[in-house]
Amino acid sequence: MDQLDWIITVGKCALIAFILLQVVPLMVWVERRGSALMQNRLGPNRLGPLGLFQGIADAVKMLFKEDRIPGHVHALYYKLAPVVCLVPAFMTFAVIPFGSQITVGERVLNFQVADLNVGLLYVFSIASLGVYGIIMAGWSSNNKYALLGSLRSSAQMISYELSLGLSVIGILMIFSSVKLGDIARQQGEILLQLGPISIPKWGIFVQPLGFLIFMTSIFAETNRLPFDLPEGESEIVAGYHLEYGTMQFGLFMMAEYINMTVGAAMITTLYFGGWQLLPGMSAIHAHLGDLLALSDMAREWVRVGLEITSFTLKVVFFLWFFVWVRWTVPRFRYDQVMDLGWKVMLPLSLVNIFVTGVLIYYKVI
Amino acid sequence: MLVKSKPGLFQRFYVVEILKGLAITMRKFFFGKTVTIQYPEERREYSDRFRGMHYIKSVNGVENCTACMLCPTVCPAECIHIEAGERPDKEKYPVKFEIDSLRCCFCGMCEEACPKDAIKLSNIYEMSQTSREVYDKKFLMEQRGHK
Repeated sequence: MDQLDWIITVGKCALIAFILLQVVPLMVWVERRGSALMQNRLGPNRLGPLGLFQGIADAVKMLFKEDRIPGHVHALYYKLAPVVCLVPAFMTFAVIPFGSQITVGERVLNFQVADLNVGLLYVFSIASLGVYGIIMAGWSSNNKYALLGSLRSSAQMISYELSLGLSVIGILMIFSSVKLGDIARQQGEILLQLGPISIPKWGIFVQPLGFLIFMTSIFAETNRLPFDLPEGESEIVAGYHLEYGTMQFGLFMMAEYINMTVGAAMITTLYFGGWQLLPGMSAIHAHLGDLLALSDMAREWVRVGLEITSFTLKVVFFLWFFVWVRWTVPRFRYDQVMDLGWKVMLPLSLVNIFVTGVLIYYKVI
Repeated sequence: MLVKSKPGLFQRFYVVEILKGLAITMRKFFFGKTVTIQYPEERREYSDRFRGMHYIKSVNGVENCTACMLCPTVCPAECIHIEAGERPDKEKYPVKFEIDSLRCCFCGMCEEACPKDAIKLSNIYEMSQTSREVYDKKFLMEQRGHK
């Protein structure tokens, strides 16, 4: 690696971290305005156009509040917990490809921070580190509600990690790679040709059941409604972040929204073709190239731009889907969540693996 | 009566039911009418019978009140304080007419008891203040509400 490679890598890291940080206030705004409109209200509309600056105001409020540590907590772990929650949320995005590659001179630019050989395994291992932050927060708060909340959260995350991992195995069997770049690239192949319409080999078309299980598990994994057990005003108040205030609470909230973003990006990469162009976009690319009489290099850049755009659009859709589901589906009770996880999702994901295996053996997929 | 309907086998897969629910939320999102009002700009219309802030009705700058003491007598919260006096033309009038609105329970009995239609309750409902002042006669005569 020479100097320029280092600069490019650091630049990509900074870009992704910056974008992820911007997603948080935007998502808070979308969540509040979206939920308001779904409930026949208006939501925050005072600050800035359509209330867009509300997130900034919230952040400023949190930053300038008194940083008070309750007397009964274990100070070191209490301070450490939000960081332990937030950092893995950022780290996971490193292996997610948000565009294919482009050759500039002799250098191949990859639109992915690191195309690790263990891609998917890395995602799962880092994502499960987030449990430590939650347990630390609950335990160090020295409060029964906080501890109960963190125990619930970790139990839920661990039981859904099983079905999450098993539902992805189908994808691994079909694309026979754990590198997310490879998986995204192979989804560009054509699965079926129905006259003029060609159906690409996107994960959802080859693994519909796996997609459902994966999505449900992602909802449970990010502790979002309908599976938001760690919080519950009527039962355990605010759960594991009960004793937190100021930006320490803000970090937990940021971790939740960044986890959501990573979850949406994972769904996109594994089941919706990652950076593969949305239907119709390749035609736009060809027309745009002819219309402006672009050189080959410029066409390449337009292609990469369209790829990043389609990846972003897919992720944005799934982020919206998280909000959409949150305000539609009622909340599950604790035992119902565990029932669903162990008695429905786990057997279904095993069935999915078996059926995929049979289909691959008979060369259907 | 609690009516329990058992979900059929198809409904218990939930996927279609959840999609139906999502469609309902989306319809509300795009076409739902907001029922809230934007408070400082828009205000709710109250009926004329609303019992808000008191005022003393006056004719040509002279209050209708004759200091008959019926309102402080009927007042359950004992928040009205009147000191009677005499005008040069031998007519009785309130020298002092004070209402402690912190004690007032806005029952409207003073309004009902008044034979001269002098003390009335207006539509004004924004009564928050930074000090605990007792409303005196001058203030009560100036402030007429929406009636």
